[in-house]
Amino acid sequence: MKTLESWGRYPRVEQRTHPLVWRTDALPRPGGTLLPHGLGRSYGDSCLNEGGTLLLTAGLDKLISFDASTGVVRCEAGVTLDTLLRLAAPRGWFLPVTPGTKFVTVGGAIANDVHGKNHHRGGTFGRYVRRFELLRSDASRRVCAPDENPDWYGATIGGLGLTGLVTWAEVQLKPISNPYILQETVPFENLDGFIEVARASEADYEFTMAWVDCLARGKKVGRGLLYRGNFAPPQFDGLPLKKSHLSHGVGLAVPMDMPAFCLNRLSVSAFNWLYYHRQNGKPKAQLTHYDPFFYPLDAIYGWNRIYGKRGFLQFQCVVPYATARDALKEILERSSRGGLPSFLSVLKTFGDIPSPGWMSFPRQGVTLAMDFANRGEKTWRLVEELDKLTREAGGAVYPAKDARMSPESFAAYFPRRDEFSGYLDPAFSSSFWRRVNPVTLPFSLESERGPAATQPQSLLAIR
Amino acid sequence: MKKVLVLGATSAIAQATVRLLAARGASLYLVGRNAANLEAVAKDAATRGAAKVESRAVDLNDFDAHEPLVDAAYSALGGLDGVVLAHGVLGDQAEAQKSWAATEAVLRTNFLSAVSLLTVLANRFEAQKAGTLVVISSVAGDRGRQSNYVYGASKGALNVFLQGLRNRLAKSNVAVVTVKPGFVDTPMTAHLPKNKLFASPDKVARGLLSAADARKNEVYVPGIWALIMLIIRTIPETVFKRMKL
Repeated sequence: MKTLESWGRYPRVEQRTHPLVWRTDALPRPGGTLLPHGLGRSYGDSCLNEGGTLLLTAGLDKLISFDASTGVVRCEAGVTLDTLLRLAAPRGWFLPVTPGTKFVTVGGAIANDVHGKNHHRGGTFGRYVRRFELLRSDASRRVCAPDENPDWYGATIGGLGLTGLVTWAEVQLKPISNPYILQETVPFENLDGFIEVARASEADYEFTMAWVDCLARGKKVGRGLLYRGNFAPPQFDGLPLKKSHLSHGVGLAVPMDMPAFCLNRLSVSAFNWLYYHRQNGKPKAQLTHYDPFFYPLDAIYGWNRIYGKRGFLQFQCVVPYATARDALKEILERSSRGGLPSFLSVLKTFGDIPSPGWMSFPRQGVTLAMDFANRGEKTWRLVEELDKLTREAGGAVYPAKDARMSPESFAAYFPRRDEFSGYLDPAFSSSFWRRVNPVTLPFSLESERGPAATQPQSLLAIR
Repeated sequence: MKKVLVLGATSAIAQATVRLLAARGASLYLVGRNAANLEAVAKDAATRGAAKVESRAVDLNDFDAHEPLVDAAYSALGGLDGVVLAHGVLGDQAEAQKSWAATEAVLRTNFLSAVSLLTVLANRFEAQKAGTLVVISSVAGDRGRQSNYVYGASKGALNVFLQGLRNRLAKSNVAVVTVKPGFVDTPMTAHLPKNKLFASPDKVARGLLSAADARKNEVYVPGIWALIMLIIRTIPETVFKRMKL
C-alpha cells in the first residue's frame, strides 16, 4: 500500500499501484477496484482509489502517429500535453484546448473533459478527441468515436476514468503560425466590471481569463485583472525564441513543504494589492510566448507545496449568467469573511458550446476557481457553504477539483448520472465516486440538508 | 551514431535511448521479442522524428538468427555505424541456485547471446573501420555478491569480453562502450522497493548517449555509481565474504 497524493495533497489515502507499460497488455486483476491515474493533477479525490489499485498510466507514453499536414496526433493515454506541445508546436500545431498546466496526460484530459482560456470559443478538450480505444475489465476493446460506439464515447469523455482504461486517443490539433500570444491585461473594478469586460472580449479574443482579488470587500468585491489574447499574426513569425520562454523542465521549484504561517490573510492581501496596482488601472498589451501565457505555474515545480503538509482544497464552480452576479458576489464575500485567504482565484466565462461528454462540467455561465489552505473543519465548512450556494444558484462544481461535494450536489450537478452509471466498468471505482454515490444513503434532492445533517455525510466521507 | 541497431529495443533503457536517437533524426533498426510491443516502440520513434525505423521481432536466444539479423539491419539502413545492445534478464537468484537450467538461461541471454552478436558485429565494424558498439552491462558485474551473483557473473564475464574487444578494435577506430547502470526504475525492477539511488531510464539513456558520443570506454550511470562501486571493489575479500550484500 502506498500513499499517493492528488495535487491538493488532500485527502491522503492508502492504495496499491500497478504501472502500465504496453497498450496491448491485459488489465491486471489485483482484487479490489482499479482506477487509471496519470500525473495526479486532479486536486481532490477523483484520481485516488482508497483500498484499491491505481493503474499508473505514466508508462503508456508512446506516440503512435502525427500528421503534420492535418494536425491529427494519435498517442497513448499517458502521453502528456507537454510532450504533444514539444512535438507539435515547432511544426505549426497547438493544443485545441489546454488547461492551466501542461503536466497532465491525454487520458486525464479526456476523463475530466478539461477546459481552458478558450472555452467561450472552443469548448472542451473532448470535442477534439476524434477517437480512442477503451479497454474494459472484461478484456473487451472498443474504438469509440462520435460515429462509432457513440454512447461509450459520450460516457467516457468526462467520465472520470470510471468506464475503463483509455489506452490510446486521437486528437485534432489546431494550426498556429508562431508560438506567440498578443496579450492584453484589463483591470476591472468589481464583479459587474468583470462580466462586462469579459463578455465584450469574447468576440475578438480567443483566450480570456481573469485573476480576482478575493480579499477585496464591499464595492470592490470581485475586482481584478482580465487577461485576453490571441495567437500573434504571421508578421511575428520568425522572432527568435528565447530559452527563458520555456518552462519545460527548468525554472524554480518549491523544494519543501512551506510552513503554514507563510500564507495568511496579510501576506495574501499584500500580494493581491501589489498585483492589482502593478497595472496602474490601465490596459496593457504585450507579446508573450505561449508558455508563460498558458502555464505560468508550471514554471514553479511543485507549487502545491506552498500550502504545506496539510494540503489545500480547491473549489471551482460555474453558475449561469442569470444568477452569476449575486451568487458569485455572495461566494466571494463568504470566502473573504471566512478569514481563509485564497491565494489564486480565477474567473472566466464559459460559452454555450456543448461537449460530447455526458458528465462534462463546463456549461454556459461564469466560472470561479479558488483554493484554500487546509485548516481543517473551518475550511471544509466554508467550501461546503460555497457548494450549497452554487447549488442554489443552479450551477455546478468541478469534480476534478473537489474533495467534499455531497452526493445530493453531485446528483444535481450531473443530471445524466444515472445514464452514466450503466457504463461504469464494474471493476473500476474511485474515492470520489464512492463518496458521491454512497450505497446506503437515499437521495432526496428536494429536502435541503440541515446543518446538523451535513456533518455525518460529507465530513465523515472526507476524513 | 546515425544508423543504429538496437538489440532489446523494448527494454526501458533502450526505449528511452531510442527516443533520444529518434529526436536526433537517426535511422533505427529495432529488435525485440514481442512483436506488438516492438511495433509500439517503432511507431513512437518514427513519430518522434527518426529518419527511418525498421523493426524485427526475434528471440535473441536463437543464436542462428544473429548473422541473418545483422545482414538484414545492414541492408535495411544501408549500413550501420552504431549498436546499442540492451537485451538482458535479471533472473531469480534463488531459482538459479537451485537449478542449473535457470542459471544457464541467465548466462545464455546476458552473456552468450551478447558474445555471439558482438562477434558478428565486431568483424563488420572492424572491416569498415568505423562504428560504436554500446553495450549495457551492470554494476553487478563489478563484484560477486550472494544476492545476485549469477546475474553479476553474466555481466562480469561480458565486461571482460568487452575489454578484450575494445583492446582489439582500438586500432580499427571502433569504440566499445561498456555502460554500467546502477538501479534503474524499470519493469525489470518493478518488484523491488525504490530508494533515492534509483535512476529513471531517461537519465540512464542520456548518460549512455553522451558516453557513446564521447566514445568512452567504461561509464557508470548515474556517475555516483563509480564511487559506490570503487568502495565495494576495495573491500578486502576476507571482510567482503562475511557481509550481507
